[in-house]
Formats: sequence, C-alpha cells, structure tokens
Amino acid sequence: MDSKPVSRRTILQGAAVAGLAGASGFVPTKFAIGNTAKVKVGIMLPYSGTYAGLGEAITNGMKMAIAEKGGKLGGRDIEYVAVDDESDPAKAPENANKLVTGEKVDFVVGTVHSGVAMGMVKVTKQSGTITIIPNAGANAATGPMCSPNIFRTSFSNWQTTFPLGKVAIEKGYKNVVTMTWKYAAGEEMIGAFEEHFTSRGGRIARQILVPFPNVEFQANLTEIAALKPDAVMCFFAGAGALKFVKDYAAAGLKGIPLIGPGFLTDGVLKGQGEAAEGILTTLHYADNLDTPVNKTFRAAYEKQFGKGADVYAVQGYDAGQLLVQSMAAVKGDTSAQPALIAAMEKAEIKSPRGNFTFSKAHNPIQDIYLREVKNGQEMVLGVAQKGLIDPARGCMAV
Amino acid sequence: MDVWFFLIQALNGVQYGLLLFLVASGLTLIFGIMGIINLAHGSFYMLGAYTAYWLALKTGSLLAALVLSLPIAALVGFGIETLLVRALYKRDHLDQVLLTYGLILVFNEAQKLIWGSDVHAVAMPAVLNWSFPLTDNLSYPIYRLVISAVCAVVALGMWWVIAKTRFGMWVRAGASNREMVQALGINVKLLFGLVFAIGAALAGLAGAIAAPVSSVYPGMGDSVLILCFVVVVIGGVGSVKGAFLGAILIGLADTFGRVLVPDFASFSVYAVMAAVLLWKPKGLFA
Repeated sequence: MDSKPVSRRTILQGAAVAGLAGASGFVPTKFAIGNTAKVKVGIMLPYSGTYAGLGEAITNGMKMAIAEKGGKLGGRDIEYVAVDDESDPAKAPENANKLVTGEKVDFVVGTVHSGVAMGMVKVTKQSGTITIIPNAGANAATGPMCSPNIFRTSFSNWQTTFPLGKVAIEKGYKNVVTMTWKYAAGEEMIGAFEEHFTSRGGRIARQILVPFPNVEFQANLTEIAALKPDAVMCFFAGAGALKFVKDYAAAGLKGIPLIGPGFLTDGVLKGQGEAAEGILTTLHYADNLDTPVNKTFRAAYEKQFGKGADVYAVQGYDAGQLLVQSMAAVKGDTSAQPALIAAMEKAEIKSPRGNFTFSKAHNPIQDIYLREVKNGQEMVLGVAQKGLIDPARGCMAV
Repeated sequence: MDVWFFLIQALNGVQYGLLLFLVASGLTLIFGIMGIINLAHGSFYMLGAYTAYWLALKTGSLLAALVLSLPIAALVGFGIETLLVRALYKRDHLDQVLLTYGLILVFNEAQKLIWGSDVHAVAMPAVLNWSFPLTDNLSYPIYRLVISAVCAVVALGMWWVIAKTRFGMWVRAGASNREMVQALGINVKLLFGLVFAIGAALAGLAGAIAAPVSSVYPGMGDSVLILCFVVVVIGGVGSVKGAFLGAILIGLADTFGRVLVPDFASFSVYAVMAAVLLWKPKGLFA
C-alpha cells in the first residue's frame, strides 16, 4: 500500500471519478460488494426427452470454452444454475422465470426447442436478462422478438435451408415434397427452402406435416411413393432423423434423393449407417471442416468427454466464448449492461465452424456449407452461401 | 389415390396397430385385472428397447437380445409389484398414479445414468434386413411384417392362456373376487405379482422388438404411454379382445388421419376415441 499522505485534492479527484463511473454504470461489482461475487449463469436446456443429448452437448461445449480461458468470466468465479426444460413449450415461461426471478441469474443460456425458446425469450426480453440462445432457430427470436439483450450463437431456421433452395434447382429438381414435424423449427426451415426454391421456379408437390415428436412415418412414406417427386426435402432431428432416414431407405425410396438441413444427419449418422448414403444437406457446420480451429476443438472435446463433438457442442462452445469475451471486455462487471451488450455485439467468435460476427439483430453472420454423406462420412462439398445474414424480418427493437 | 394406395395404407395401419396392441395388452392386464393404474408402463417399453440395444451390442445377436430382455423386464416388473405396488392395492387410484408417475421419473433418470442421452440405432439381423417391392417405387420392410406376426402370435397366446388354462382361470377369478380366490387356497399375492411381471414383459417385448425400426432414445416410453391408454379405454378396461380391436382401430385412425386429414393428424386418434366412448361409454368390450 502507498503510505503517502492523502491530500484533499486526491480525495476530491477520486470522488469525482467514482461519481462519473457510478453515473455511467461502470462500478465494477467486485468493488461494490467488497469481495468478488460469483457470476450466476442460468442454463435452460433439455436434459430429458428426445433432445436430452443436445442439451448435454451444448452444456459440455459451453463449459469447455470457459474452462479453456481459466474457468472464470471477467475474473469472477461462476455459479451455474441449470433447469431441465423438457422441450416442453408449456413449461417454458415458468422455467425461465425460475432462473430470472427466482435465481436472479446474470445470464440465461438456452435452449434447444424453438417453441420453448419463444416462451423463454418473452420472459427475458421483459426482464432484460442477457440471453444467449445456443441452438433454437426460431426466426422470431432475432426477428419480431429481437431485443438488445438477446443473442444467438447458433442459427436462424431460415439460414439453414434458404441456400438449399438454390442447391435443389441446380441439381435439376423441379417437383419436391417437403416433410417435417409440425412445429416452429420444422415449418420455418421448410418455409425458407420453399421461399427460395419456388422463387427460382421450383414446385412444391406437397407439404407433409407430422405431429411432434411422433416418429411413425410409414403412412407418409407411402404417400411420397405415390407422389413420385424429384426429391424430398425434410427436417427431423435426433431420434426422428435417425428413424426417418432408416425408414426412408427401408421403404425402397432411395431412388428419390433426400435433402434437408444438416440436422437430418448430424449426430445420428453412425446409427443411420448405409441408409444415409448420398443425403445432401446444408448447415453452418460440418464435423469434417478442414480448419485448424475445428480440429483442435474436436480433439479437445473428444479427449474430455469421450465422444465426438457435434454441431450442438460447437454452438455451446461459441456461447461460452461469447460469455468469456464480453465479460473480459467489461472486467466482469455485469451491472454495466450497455457496455456488456456493446462488447457482445462487437465480438468476433473464432468458432470451429469458421469465424463469425453478429448481425444487427444479434444472429450469427455465417457461411452455410453444402455437405453430402459419402461412405458413412459427412463430406463438405463447399460453401452453399457465404456470409449469410438472416433478414431479421419484423425486428424493430435493435 | 387408387385402391392399391388404400390397401398399402391399411397394411401400415394394421401393422402399427398390432405393435400398439403388444404394448397396450400388458397395460390392460394390469389395469383390468389388478385395478392398478400403471403410468410407468411406457417405462417398461423403454426398458425393453434399451436392454435390447445393450444386449445386442454385447452379444452381437438381436435374437439373443430379444430373448434375454424379456426376463429382465419381467423381473423388474415383479420386483416393483412386490416392493412398491403391493402396498397400494387398498389405496385410492390417485396414490397409485402418484407412485407410478414417480417411477417414470426414476426410470428416465436411471436410463440417463446407465445409457446416456444419445439416440441409438439397433442393427437389424441381416436375414430380415430387406424389403419386398409393393409398387414400382415402394417396398415394404420384411422386419415390420415379422413384428406383426409376433404381435399376432402373442395376441392369440394371451387369449388362449386367459380363456383356456387354469392359470387364466385364476387370473379371471382373482380379478372378480379376490377374497373368494384366496379362501380357495390360491396365493393371490403371487398371482398378482406374476400378472404384473407378465404385463411388464409384454411392454418390454414390444420395446425390444420395435427397437430396430424405431431407434432407441430417451423418453421413448412417454409417447407410447398415452396411445396405450387410449387403446385400453377404447377397448374397455381389462379386455384383451377389446385392446386388440382398439389397437387396430387406433393404428388405422392414425395412418388414415395423416393421409386424409393431415392438418388434424394429431387429433384423429382422439376423435376416434371420443366417438367410440359416445357410442359405448365403457369401451367396446367392457
């Protein structure tokens, strides 16, 4: 400590500085509380049900990113509070409130299911809690529901399949059947594909919607066979994707090409086996991306968790990186929300998928890759659309 | 839309219905004969699927996995009946619902601890891994027909055991008058334990046999449970014959609902249930 006598002027200067800092909300929390308080990170993810594996991968990825940078956020220790949202939209507001009002978390990281995300975002938009969506692609989260405090490190549903419309036309498909679960993610992914595909002269023979998360497809496969389209574009994920692709092949429909967003094969490719051969997909990531960042990430993930990383782990990892970067920028001061948000907006994430920045509506501006399953491997054929920006339709708040 | 199309869809519906019957038959046995509302029934379905997956990995043979997963489900069922359910026979249905709902949570958590949250595929035996052509571009997987055959055999077997054997007679008697059967020197406790075990084994068998076509994933029992209750209610509580017809009806309703009224596909099953209950409030064979 400095033992120099303190002059009145120094005190006054100090007070003025403190006053200024206080007025602009820049008092670092550690001074305010005396001892460094823990940062509370609320995690709202599915840990049971169809999407349980996705919730786990996101959690792993996020914690790994934070651990790589010393396990702290802006110098502060972290307390994680997790709720299992069960992918149940009906429980979403309640679960989000548990974190926001009950636990008074500094950040909310969630979730997987688009419907649940909408319920969650309604709550955090109102409370102003900084929210990072590590998967759910609901267009509205960075569209009509956009908000300064809401960020996404994954994708908008629109982004994943918009480029596929062009791909289908280039492949010579004119008449396509689309099929998905009847819920926001599926309908939006199908919608973006249809928008692009029909604008270039393609025709949708039929749109088939099945109840979520039903995995009995036989009736609809028979329907597809009778329609004889040039290709089938579909979205399923997890167990649904595994089963659909196998059923499709077993029904002898492999003669009709299958295309879709990358979720159709990601994480379930091994289980699908031969049935997945030749499936053409678009996504913002591919396991086999040949970049140093991706290779390092995958090796570290595999070593730590004993299984291969997938796109969900990547999105969680990037959510973690976003937290680390922005909290470092404000030195852990969560009360400085405008500065924190500004830091998040400016963040450039060195993602395993390739570097990305955020759009005005806080959605990643990213390349969408074209991938094809060859010999049981997801091969990257190239970039289907570079630096794709979600149109953020209806976003007024930012 | 031609005749062929309808016939194939009818085949899809019957095939789905038969599988539903296999799961629901165990539920109707436990529900009808023992008066126990077993919400954990779907968990036995999941248990069967996961043990089949796990044993198929260990033994390399699906048949061995099927044969071995049956006694596992039966044993777990028997254990649960003796240790937990038995205490609740004289209690309100609501207590049973509470217990068996709790069991769902326990089963789901146990599944996560033992097998993790990943989605798994179960390899089909090579002999059955082919499809026969139905139309110029549609084939039918032979394994689905095998499932149907097994379900049909089980249905016949159940009917025979319940209607024609001494054990079946005890079961029927135990259901209608417990004290009297006990007075005749039959061990009703053991009898009910066995019925519960058989019910669990049937659900386990359904899960195991469906695993190669349905894939194995967390929460797979929950979705099947609701349909099972629909089947049991339509068929009339406790009636195996009713469960059979109810299951086929639901299978057809679900299949044609998807094709003919796709916008209301998720309601078609419940619309059929409502219609049946309006006509016969206690189910088809109550």
